Amino acid sequence: MASDTQQAPTRAHPSWSARAEHSHRIVWSGVLFGVGLVAFVDEAVFHQILHWHHFYDLGTSDLGLVSDGLFHALSWFATIAGLFLLADLRRRGAWHGARWAGGVLLGAGGFQLYDGTVQHKLLGIHEIRSVDDLLPYDVVWNATAAAMLAAGIALVVATRRSRALARAAP
Amino acid sequence: MTTTLPVSAAAHAHGHGGGVAPEVVVVGVAVIAIACYTSGVAASRRRGRPWPVHRLVLWIAGVVAATATMVGPLAAAAHEGFVAHMWAHLLAGMLAPLLLVLSAPVTLALRTLEVVPARRVSRVLRSGPARFVAHPITAAALNVGGLWLLYATPLFAWMQASMLVHVAVHVHLLAAGFLFTAAVVGIGPRPHPPSRVLVAVVLMLAMAAHGILAKHLWASPPALVDPADARAGAELMYTAGAWIEAAIAALFCAQWYRASGRRLRRTSPAPAASPVPTP
Repeated sequence: MASDTQQAPTRAHPSWSARAEHSHRIVWSGVLFGVGLVAFVDEAVFHQILHWHHFYDLGTSDLGLVSDGLFHALSWFATIAGLFLLADLRRRGAWHGARWAGGVLLGAGGFQLYDGTVQHKLLGIHEIRSVDDLLPYDVVWNATAAAMLAAGIALVVATRRSRALARAAP
Repeated sequence: MTTTLPVSAAAHAHGHGGGVAPEVVVVGVAVIAIACYTSGVAASRRRGRPWPVHRLVLWIAGVVAATATMVGPLAAAAHEGFVAHMWAHLLAGMLAPLLLVLSAPVTLALRTLEVVPARRVSRVLRSGPARFVAHPITAAALNVGGLWLLYATPLFAWMQASMLVHVAVHVHLLAAGFLFTAAVVGIGPRPHPPSRVLVAVVLMLAMAAHGILAKHLWASPPALVDPADARAGAELMYTAGAWIEAAIAALFCAQWYRASGRRLRRTSPAPAASPVPTP
Protein backbone atom coordinates (compact mmCIF):
# COMPACT_ATOMS: atom_id res chain seq x y z
CA MET A 1 0.00 0.00 0.00
CA ALA A 2 2.73 2.44 0.99
CA SER A 3 4.63 1.59 -2.17
CA ASP A 4 1.61 2.59 -4.25
CA THR A 5 2.96 4.17 -7.42
CA GLN A 6 0.16 6.71 -7.72
CA GLN A 7 0.78 8.50 -4.43
CA ALA A 8 -1.05 11.80 -4.25
CA PRO A 9 0.88 14.95 -3.31
CA THR A 10 0.84 15.51 0.44
CA ARG A 11 0.86 19.29 0.19
CA ALA A 12 0.00 21.76 -2.54
CA HIS A 13 0.89 25.43 -2.60
CA PRO A 14 -1.76 27.37 -0.67
CA SER A 15 -4.00 29.49 -2.84
CA TRP A 16 -6.98 31.73 -2.16
CA SER A 17 -8.96 30.08 -4.89
CA ALA A 18 -8.48 26.66 -3.26
CA ARG A 19 -9.42 28.16 0.12
CA ALA A 20 -12.57 29.68 -1.34
CA GLU A 21 -13.47 26.47 -3.13
CA HIS A 22 -13.17 24.49 0.11
CA SER A 23 -14.48 27.24 2.37
CA HIS A 24 -17.12 25.00 3.97
CA ARG A 25 -14.78 22.05 4.32
CA ILE A 26 -12.33 24.18 6.34
CA VAL A 27 -15.07 25.02 8.84
CA TRP A 28 -16.32 21.43 8.99
CA SER A 29 -12.85 20.08 9.62
CA GLY A 30 -12.54 22.53 12.54
CA VAL A 31 -16.01 21.77 13.91
CA LEU A 32 -15.35 18.01 13.91
CA PHE A 33 -12.00 18.47 15.61
CA GLY A 34 -13.51 20.91 18.13
CA VAL A 35 -16.22 18.42 19.14
CA GLY A 36 -13.55 15.77 19.66
CA LEU A 37 -11.29 18.16 21.56
CA VAL A 38 -13.93 19.18 24.08
CA ALA A 39 -14.94 15.54 24.61
CA PHE A 40 -11.29 14.67 25.19
CA VAL A 41 -10.90 17.50 27.74
CA ASP A 42 -14.08 16.31 29.47
CA GLU A 43 -12.73 12.76 29.66
CA ALA A 44 -9.17 13.68 30.68
CA VAL A 45 -9.82 16.55 33.09
CA PHE A 46 -13.23 15.92 34.62
CA HIS A 47 -13.27 12.10 34.62
CA GLN A 48 -9.62 11.12 35.06
CA ILE A 49 -7.91 14.02 36.88
CA LEU A 50 -10.60 15.73 38.97
CA HIS A 51 -12.94 12.71 39.31
CA TRP A 52 -15.93 15.07 39.22
CA HIS A 53 -17.63 12.99 36.56
CA HIS A 54 -18.29 9.26 36.91
CA PHE A 55 -18.52 6.38 34.46
CA TYR A 56 -22.17 5.87 35.30
CA ASP A 57 -24.64 7.68 37.52
CA LEU A 58 -27.57 5.69 38.75
CA GLY A 59 -30.01 8.53 38.07
CA THR A 60 -29.30 8.44 34.34
CA SER A 61 -32.33 8.00 32.09
CA ASP A 62 -32.27 5.59 29.14
CA LEU A 63 -32.42 8.53 26.76
CA GLY A 64 -29.47 10.09 28.59
CA LEU A 65 -27.50 6.87 28.16
CA VAL A 66 -28.24 6.78 24.41
CA SER A 67 -27.36 10.46 23.96
CA ASP A 68 -24.12 9.98 25.90
CA GLY A 69 -23.22 6.89 23.83
CA LEU A 70 -23.93 8.64 20.53
CA PHE A 71 -21.83 11.65 21.45
CA HIS A 72 -19.02 9.51 22.79
CA ALA A 73 -18.85 7.69 19.44
CA LEU A 74 -19.26 10.93 17.51
CA SER A 75 -16.43 12.61 19.40
CA TRP A 76 -13.94 9.81 18.65
CA PHE A 77 -14.93 9.66 15.03
CA ALA A 78 -15.02 13.46 14.68
CA THR A 79 -11.48 13.90 16.02
CA ILE A 80 -10.08 11.39 13.53
CA ALA A 81 -12.19 12.53 10.56
CA GLY A 82 -11.46 16.21 11.33
CA LEU A 83 -7.70 15.60 11.22
CA PHE A 84 -7.92 13.64 7.95
CA LEU A 85 -9.99 16.48 6.47
CA LEU A 86 -7.24 18.87 7.60
CA ALA A 87 -4.63 16.77 5.80
CA ASP A 88 -6.87 16.80 2.73
CA LEU A 89 -7.13 20.61 2.88
CA ARG A 90 -3.34 20.96 3.03
CA ARG A 91 -3.03 18.59 0.10
CA ARG A 92 -5.37 20.82 -1.92
CA GLY A 93 -3.65 24.04 -0.84
CA ALA A 94 -6.83 25.13 0.91
CA TRP A 95 -5.55 25.31 4.50
CA HIS A 96 -6.68 28.48 6.30
CA GLY A 97 -5.66 28.55 9.97
CA ALA A 98 -7.94 31.31 11.24
CA ARG A 99 -11.03 29.90 9.56
CA TRP A 100 -10.19 26.41 10.85
CA ALA A 101 -9.72 27.79 14.39
CA GLY A 102 -13.15 29.40 14.06
CA GLY A 103 -14.57 26.00 13.23
CA VAL A 104 -12.83 24.43 16.24
CA LEU A 105 -14.34 27.06 18.58
CA LEU A 106 -17.74 26.56 16.95
CA GLY A 107 -17.63 22.79 17.45
CA ALA A 108 -16.17 22.94 20.97
CA GLY A 109 -18.56 25.66 22.17
CA GLY A 110 -21.59 24.05 20.57
CA PHE A 111 -20.88 20.63 22.02
CA GLN A 112 -20.10 21.98 25.48
CA LEU A 113 -23.31 24.03 25.47
CA TYR A 114 -25.28 20.91 24.44
CA ASP A 115 -23.56 18.95 27.21
CA GLY A 116 -24.21 21.65 29.83
CA THR A 117 -27.85 22.23 28.95
CA VAL A 118 -29.47 19.20 27.27
CA GLN A 119 -27.32 16.38 28.66
CA HIS A 120 -26.79 17.68 32.21
CA LYS A 121 -30.16 19.36 32.76
CA LEU A 122 -32.79 17.79 30.49
CA LEU A 123 -31.46 14.22 30.30
CA GLY A 124 -29.82 14.25 33.73
CA ILE A 125 -26.71 12.24 32.83
CA HIS A 126 -24.69 13.82 35.60
CA GLU A 127 -23.95 17.24 37.01
CA ILE A 128 -20.66 19.04 36.54
CA ARG A 129 -19.79 18.26 40.14
CA SER A 130 -21.76 16.59 42.92
CA VAL A 131 -22.09 19.59 45.24
CA ASP A 132 -25.03 21.41 46.81
CA ASP A 133 -24.57 24.76 45.11
CA LEU A 134 -24.34 23.92 41.41
CA LEU A 135 -25.10 27.38 40.10
CA PRO A 136 -21.51 28.71 39.90
CA TYR A 137 -20.39 25.54 38.09
CA ASP A 138 -23.28 25.72 35.64
CA VAL A 139 -22.68 29.41 34.99
CA VAL A 140 -18.94 28.97 34.35
CA TRP A 141 -19.48 25.84 32.21
CA ASN A 142 -22.19 27.31 29.99
CA ALA A 143 -20.69 30.81 29.84
CA THR A 144 -17.38 29.31 28.63
CA ALA A 145 -19.32 27.34 26.04
CA ALA A 146 -21.25 30.40 24.88
CA ALA A 147 -18.05 32.47 24.70
CA MET A 148 -16.32 29.80 22.53
CA LEU A 149 -19.41 29.58 20.33
CA ALA A 150 -19.55 33.39 19.90
CA ALA A 151 -15.83 33.62 19.14
CA GLY A 152 -16.19 30.76 16.65
CA ILE A 153 -19.08 32.44 14.85
CA ALA A 154 -17.16 35.74 14.75
CA LEU A 155 -14.05 34.08 13.29
CA VAL A 156 -15.98 32.08 10.72
CA VAL A 157 -17.91 35.16 9.60
CA ALA A 158 -14.75 37.30 9.52
CA THR A 159 -12.88 34.80 7.36
CA ARG A 160 -15.68 34.62 4.81
CA ARG A 161 -13.80 37.44 3.07
CA SER A 162 -11.48 34.75 1.68
CA ARG A 163 -14.19 34.28 -0.97
CA ALA A 164 -14.09 37.96 -1.86
CA LEU A 165 -10.29 37.82 -1.97
CA ALA A 166 -10.49 34.85 -4.28
CA ARG A 167 -12.74 36.78 -6.65
CA ALA A 168 -10.36 39.74 -6.54
CA ALA A 169 -7.29 37.54 -7.07
CA PRO A 170 -5.95 37.34 -10.64
CA MET B 1 -3.73 -23.40 36.55
CA THR B 2 -4.92 -25.71 39.33
CA THR B 3 -7.94 -23.51 40.03
CA THR B 4 -9.05 -23.64 36.43
CA LEU B 5 -8.85 -27.42 36.09
CA PRO B 6 -12.22 -28.27 37.65
CA VAL B 7 -13.89 -25.76 35.34
CA SER B 8 -12.48 -27.21 32.17
CA ALA B 9 -13.25 -30.70 33.45
CA ALA B 10 -16.86 -29.64 34.01
CA ALA B 11 -16.88 -28.01 30.60
CA HIS B 12 -15.73 -31.26 29.06
CA ALA B 13 -18.52 -33.15 30.75
CA HIS B 14 -21.04 -30.73 29.25
CA GLY B 15 -19.27 -30.13 26.02
CA HIS B 16 -19.11 -33.40 24.17
CA GLY B 17 -20.98 -36.63 24.11
CA GLY B 18 -18.20 -39.07 23.34
CA GLY B 19 -16.81 -37.31 20.27
CA VAL B 20 -13.78 -35.07 19.96
CA ALA B 21 -13.36 -32.30 22.54
CA PRO B 22 -14.23 -28.86 21.13
CA GLU B 23 -10.75 -27.59 22.09
CA VAL B 24 -9.10 -30.12 19.78
CA VAL B 25 -11.34 -29.05 16.90
CA VAL B 26 -10.54 -25.36 17.57
CA VAL B 27 -6.78 -25.93 17.62
CA GLY B 28 -7.06 -28.11 14.50
CA VAL B 29 -8.95 -25.37 12.64
CA ALA B 30 -6.35 -22.80 13.73
CA VAL B 31 -3.44 -24.93 12.50
CA ILE B 32 -5.19 -25.56 9.17
CA ALA B 33 -5.93 -21.83 8.80
CA ILE B 34 -2.29 -20.88 9.29
CA ALA B 35 -1.08 -23.72 7.01
CA CYS B 36 -3.48 -22.71 4.19
CA TYR B 37 -2.48 -19.05 4.35
CA THR B 38 1.25 -19.90 4.45
CA SER B 39 0.93 -22.22 1.44
CA GLY B 40 -0.96 -19.43 -0.36
CA VAL B 41 1.91 -17.03 0.35
CA ALA B 42 4.39 -19.62 -0.94
CA ALA B 43 2.33 -20.25 -4.09
CA SER B 44 2.07 -16.52 -4.78
CA ARG B 45 5.85 -16.14 -4.42
CA ARG B 46 6.48 -19.10 -6.75
CA ARG B 47 4.41 -17.34 -9.41
CA GLY B 48 6.56 -14.24 -9.05
CA ARG B 49 4.07 -12.12 -7.08
CA PRO B 50 5.49 -11.86 -3.57
CA TRP B 51 2.89 -11.43 -0.86
CA PRO B 52 3.75 -8.87 1.88
CA VAL B 53 5.22 -10.58 4.95
CA HIS B 54 3.37 -8.24 7.32
CA ARG B 55 0.07 -9.65 6.09
CA LEU B 56 1.22 -13.17 7.00
CA VAL B 57 2.16 -11.87 10.46
CA LEU B 58 -1.28 -10.21 10.78
CA TRP B 59 -3.00 -13.48 9.82
CA ILE B 60 -1.03 -15.55 12.35
CA ALA B 61 -1.64 -12.95 15.08
CA GLY B 62 -5.36 -12.91 14.25
CA VAL B 63 -5.67 -16.70 14.32
CA VAL B 64 -3.74 -16.92 17.60
CA ALA B 65 -5.87 -14.15 19.17
CA ALA B 66 -9.08 -15.87 18.09
CA THR B 67 -7.90 -19.29 19.29
CA ALA B 68 -6.82 -17.90 22.69
CA THR B 69 -10.44 -16.94 23.39
CA MET B 70 -11.57 -20.57 23.06
CA VAL B 71 -8.61 -22.65 24.26
CA GLY B 72 -5.97 -22.10 26.92
CA PRO B 73 -5.52 -19.99 30.04
CA LEU B 74 -7.56 -16.97 28.89
CA ALA B 75 -10.53 -19.15 27.90
CA ALA B 76 -10.35 -20.91 31.28
CA ALA B 77 -10.11 -17.60 33.18
CA ALA B 78 -13.05 -16.26 31.16
CA HIS B 79 -15.23 -18.92 32.78
CA GLU B 80 -14.24 -17.65 36.20
CA GLY B 81 -14.25 -13.88 35.97
CA PHE B 82 -16.08 -11.25 34.00
CA VAL B 83 -12.99 -9.12 33.32
CA ALA B 84 -11.22 -12.10 31.71
CA HIS B 85 -14.42 -12.84 29.80
CA MET B 86 -14.38 -9.25 28.53
CA TRP B 87 -10.79 -9.63 27.31
CA ALA B 88 -11.89 -12.73 25.41
CA HIS B 89 -14.87 -10.82 24.01
CA LEU B 90 -12.64 -7.93 22.85
CA LEU B 91 -10.14 -10.33 21.27
CA ALA B 92 -12.70 -12.52 19.51
CA GLY B 93 -15.14 -9.83 18.42
CA MET B 94 -12.88 -6.86 17.68
CA LEU B 95 -9.10 -7.34 17.63
CA ALA B 96 -8.85 -10.75 15.91
CA PRO B 97 -11.33 -9.72 13.16
CA LEU B 98 -9.35 -6.51 12.53
CA LEU B 99 -6.07 -8.46 12.24
CA LEU B 100 -7.66 -11.06 9.97
CA VAL B 101 -9.32 -8.49 7.69
CA LEU B 102 -6.03 -6.58 7.33
CA SER B 103 -4.30 -9.80 6.26
CA ALA B 104 -6.59 -9.82 3.15
CA PRO B 105 -7.25 -13.60 3.06
CA VAL B 106 -9.83 -13.40 0.24
CA THR B 107 -7.43 -11.48 -2.01
CA LEU B 108 -4.74 -14.07 -1.35
CA ALA B 109 -7.17 -16.92 -2.05
CA LEU B 110 -8.35 -15.41 -5.33
CA ARG B 111 -4.75 -14.85 -6.36
CA THR B 112 -3.44 -18.33 -5.61
CA LEU B 113 -6.37 -20.70 -6.22
CA GLU B 114 -6.69 -22.48 -9.57
CA VAL B 115 -8.94 -20.77 -12.09
CA VAL B 116 -12.04 -22.89 -11.51
CA PRO B 117 -12.14 -22.74 -7.70
CA ALA B 118 -11.17 -19.06 -7.78
CA ARG B 119 -14.12 -18.35 -10.07
CA ARG B 120 -16.35 -20.33 -7.76
CA VAL B 121 -15.20 -18.26 -4.76
CA SER B 122 -15.75 -14.98 -6.55
CA ARG B 123 -19.17 -16.15 -7.75
CA VAL B 124 -20.16 -16.97 -4.17
CA LEU B 125 -18.87 -13.57 -2.98
CA ARG B 126 -20.88 -11.80 -5.68
CA SER B 127 -24.08 -13.74 -4.94
CA GLY B 128 -27.11 -12.02 -3.44
CA PRO B 129 -27.02 -13.71 -0.01
CA ALA B 130 -23.28 -13.03 0.42
CA ARG B 131 -23.73 -9.38 -0.52
CA PHE B 132 -26.67 -9.09 1.86
CA VAL B 133 -24.72 -10.53 4.80
CA ALA B 134 -21.62 -8.47 3.99
CA HIS B 135 -23.56 -5.20 3.71
CA PRO B 136 -22.47 -2.78 6.46
CA ILE B 137 -25.99 -2.50 7.92
CA THR B 138 -26.54 -6.30 8.08
CA ALA B 139 -23.04 -6.90 9.41
CA ALA B 140 -23.47 -4.24 12.10
CA ALA B 141 -26.86 -5.66 13.07
CA LEU B 142 -25.41 -9.19 13.37
CA ASN B 143 -22.56 -7.81 15.46
CA VAL B 144 -24.47 -5.57 17.85
CA GLY B 145 -27.53 -7.85 17.96
CA GLY B 146 -25.38 -10.81 18.97
CA LEU B 147 -23.84 -8.80 21.83
CA TRP B 148 -27.19 -7.65 23.15
CA LEU B 149 -28.44 -11.26 22.98
CA LEU B 150 -25.38 -12.41 24.89
CA TYR B 151 -25.63 -9.91 27.73
CA ALA B 152 -29.36 -9.32 27.99
CA THR B 153 -30.58 -12.97 27.86
CA PRO B 154 -29.70 -16.19 29.75
CA LEU B 155 -27.26 -16.99 26.92
CA PHE B 156 -24.37 -15.69 29.04
CA ALA B 157 -25.11 -18.18 31.82
CA TRP B 158 -25.39 -21.08 29.33
CA MET B 159 -22.08 -20.07 27.81
CA GLN B 160 -20.36 -20.15 31.20
CA ALA B 161 -21.77 -23.63 31.84
CA SER B 162 -20.97 -25.29 28.51
CA MET B 163 -17.74 -25.36 26.53
CA LEU B 164 -19.65 -26.04 23.32
CA VAL B 165 -21.84 -22.93 23.76
CA HIS B 166 -18.71 -20.98 24.71
CA VAL B 167 -17.00 -21.95 21.46
CA ALA B 168 -20.19 -21.32 19.45
CA VAL B 169 -20.59 -17.82 20.93
CA HIS B 170 -16.96 -16.95 20.24
CA VAL B 171 -17.17 -18.27 16.68
CA HIS B 172 -20.21 -16.04 16.17
CA LEU B 173 -18.37 -13.04 17.69
CA LEU B 174 -15.42 -13.71 15.39
CA ALA B 175 -17.54 -14.19 12.24
CA ALA B 176 -19.78 -11.19 12.88
CA GLY B 177 -16.76 -9.09 13.81
CA PHE B 178 -14.99 -10.14 10.61
CA LEU B 179 -18.02 -9.31 8.44
CA PHE B 180 -18.41 -5.91 10.05
CA THR B 181 -14.70 -5.01 9.97
CA ALA B 182 -14.48 -6.17 6.33
CA ALA B 183 -17.52 -4.04 5.47
CA VAL B 184 -15.83 -0.96 6.95
CA VAL B 185 -12.10 -1.35 6.19
CA GLY B 186 -12.04 -4.39 3.90
CA ILE B 187 -9.06 -4.68 1.56
CA GLY B 188 -9.32 -5.74 -2.03
CA PRO B 189 -11.70 -5.12 -4.91
CA ARG B 190 -15.40 -5.01 -4.14
CA PRO B 191 -17.91 -5.18 -7.01
CA HIS B 192 -20.55 -3.02 -5.35
CA PRO B 193 -18.95 -0.85 -2.68
CA PRO B 194 -21.40 0.84 -0.30
CA SER B 195 -21.20 4.63 -0.07
CA ARG B 196 -18.55 5.89 2.34
CA VAL B 197 -20.99 8.22 4.07
CA LEU B 198 -23.28 5.26 4.81
CA VAL B 199 -20.35 3.23 6.15
CA ALA B 200 -19.23 6.15 8.33
CA VAL B 201 -22.73 6.52 9.81
CA VAL B 202 -23.05 2.76 10.42
CA LEU B 203 -19.59 2.65 12.04
CA MET B 204 -20.47 5.50 14.35
CA LEU B 205 -23.80 3.94 15.32
CA ALA B 206 -22.09 0.59 16.00
CA MET B 207 -19.49 2.37 18.16
CA ALA B 208 -22.30 4.10 20.05
CA ALA B 209 -24.21 0.82 20.53
CA HIS B 210 -21.08 -0.83 21.93
CA GLY B 211 -20.57 2.01 24.43
CA ILE B 212 -24.24 2.08 25.43
CA LEU B 213 -24.22 -1.69 25.99
CA ALA B 214 -21.08 -1.36 28.15
CA LYS B 215 -22.79 1.23 30.37
CA HIS B 216 -25.97 -0.85 30.46
CA LEU B 217 -23.89 -3.83 31.62
CA TRP B 218 -22.33 -1.67 34.33
CA ALA B 219 -25.76 -0.90 35.72
CA SER B 220 -27.41 -4.31 35.22
CA PRO B 221 -24.87 -7.16 35.18
CA PRO B 222 -25.80 -10.61 33.79
CA ALA B 223 -27.14 -13.15 36.27
CA LEU B 224 -24.60 -14.82 38.60
CA VAL B 225 -21.90 -12.23 37.92
CA ASP B 226 -20.45 -10.37 40.89
CA PRO B 227 -21.44 -6.67 40.50
CA ALA B 228 -17.92 -5.31 41.18
CA ASP B 229 -16.45 -7.75 38.63
CA ALA B 230 -19.16 -6.80 36.13
CA ARG B 231 -18.44 -3.09 36.57
CA ALA B 232 -14.71 -3.56 35.99
CA GLY B 233 -15.51 -5.65 32.89
CA ALA B 234 -17.99 -3.09 31.59
CA GLU B 235 -15.46 -0.26 31.97
CA LEU B 236 -12.88 -2.37 30.13
CA MET B 237 -15.38 -3.01 27.33
CA TYR B 238 -16.03 0.75 27.10
CA THR B 239 -12.41 1.97 27.08
CA ALA B 240 -10.59 -0.83 25.24
CA GLY B 241 -13.49 -1.13 22.79
CA ALA B 242 -13.25 2.58 22.03
CA TRP B 243 -9.53 2.27 21.22
CA ILE B 244 -10.05 -0.60 18.78
CA GLU B 245 -12.97 1.27 17.20
CA ALA B 246 -10.75 4.35 16.93
CA ALA B 247 -8.17 2.25 15.06
CA ILE B 248 -10.90 1.05 12.66
CA ALA B 249 -12.16 4.64 12.21
CA ALA B 250 -8.59 5.84 11.50
CA LEU B 251 -8.09 3.07 8.91
CA PHE B 252 -11.42 3.90 7.32
CA CYS B 253 -10.51 7.61 7.07
CA ALA B 254 -7.03 6.76 5.76
CA GLN B 255 -8.51 4.59 2.98
CA TRP B 256 -10.94 7.39 2.08
CA TYR B 257 -8.10 9.94 2.14
CA ARG B 258 -5.93 7.77 -0.11
CA ALA B 259 -8.78 7.09 -2.57
CA SER B 260 -9.62 10.79 -2.87
CA GLY B 261 -5.90 11.51 -3.32
CA ARG B 262 -5.86 9.13 -6.32
CA ARG B 263 -8.93 10.91 -7.73
CA LEU B 264 -7.26 14.27 -7.16
CA ARG B 265 -4.17 13.10 -9.02
CA ARG B 266 -6.22 11.84 -11.96
CA THR B 267 -8.19 15.06 -12.35
CA SER B 268 -5.27 17.46 -11.82
CA PRO B 269 -2.01 15.68 -12.71
CA ALA B 270 0.36 18.29 -11.26
CA PRO B 271 -1.32 20.60 -8.78
CA ALA B 272 1.96 21.66 -7.21
CA ALA B 273 3.53 22.53 -10.58
CA SER B 274 1.47 25.70 -11.08
CA PRO B 275 1.70 27.61 -7.82
CA VAL B 276 -0.78 30.43 -7.43
CA PRO B 277 0.76 33.52 -5.82
CA THR B 278 -0.25 33.83 -2.19
CA PRO B 279 -1.00 37.23 -0.73
